[in-house]
Amino acid sequence: MSVQRRHVLIAAAGTLALPTARATPEAMAAAVREFTGGAPVRDGGVLFDIAPLVENGNTVPITVSVDSPMTAADHVKEIGLFNEMNPQTLIAIFGLGPRAGRASVSTRIRLSTSQKLVAIAKMSDGSLRRHQVEVLVTIAACTEG
Amino acid sequence: MARVLITLPRSARLGEVVEIRTLLSHPMESGQRTDAEGRLIPRDIVRQFSCRYDGELVFSARLDTPIAVNPYIAFFTVAQATGTLVFAWEGDNGFRQTESRTLTVA
Repeated sequence: MSVQRRHVLIAAAGTLALPTARATPEAMAAAVREFTGGAPVRDGGVLFDIAPLVENGNTVPITVSVDSPMTAADHVKEIGLFNEMNPQTLIAIFGLGPRAGRASVSTRIRLSTSQKLVAIAKMSDGSLRRHQVEVLVTIAACTEG
Repeated sequence: MARVLITLPRSARLGEVVEIRTLLSHPMESGQRTDAEGRLIPRDIVRQFSCRYDGELVFSARLDTPIAVNPYIAFFTVAQATGTLVFAWEGDNGFRQTESRTLTVA
């Protein structure tokens, strides 16, 4: 890193309060805690569908599905997606309800490096379900100058 | 106005669960990249997406920088009545776009 670039980065970080260059597993745990409110999270009932070997981290297709009848009495309220090592640990929070009919959401994400990702579903009864995945990334996103 | 692609069936049976796929043309600039002179390119992302079906919120999304360029979001909704689905995106620098589609329920 050149001196000039470092100065620019420091100045920018100071004035714009930019996030740190990279999240950490601790940052992910903190973001997850904020989403769950510290309530216990149970594994299972959620499928985080992502290729285990990602060739291009710039656009990674994912689908998150939750086992739920999606009725007024029993449905998914929110799905939170988090990552461990990108500059920003929160990927997205999806809001659902009985009108969704099916608890399944697809999108495309960026991954800066090989890492763990987690999808957490908040159910209408307040319970939380989780699926954690680990992916290998060959070409990283976020690194291109 | 950014380009938008929305895919959903024109018509559905009452109670049918239909898939809606949306694609918005947007740079989703993460705020992490630098230009040729080493200056940080400011963040410019879509932060919020929503779908209302005859005014009722049926799906929403809060997006952050790990969402890829040209945000693609696919989700489901129950065909309840012939009506209008309004899709809205909001983001940095006052970005705001709204699209609507009609779903006919037989």
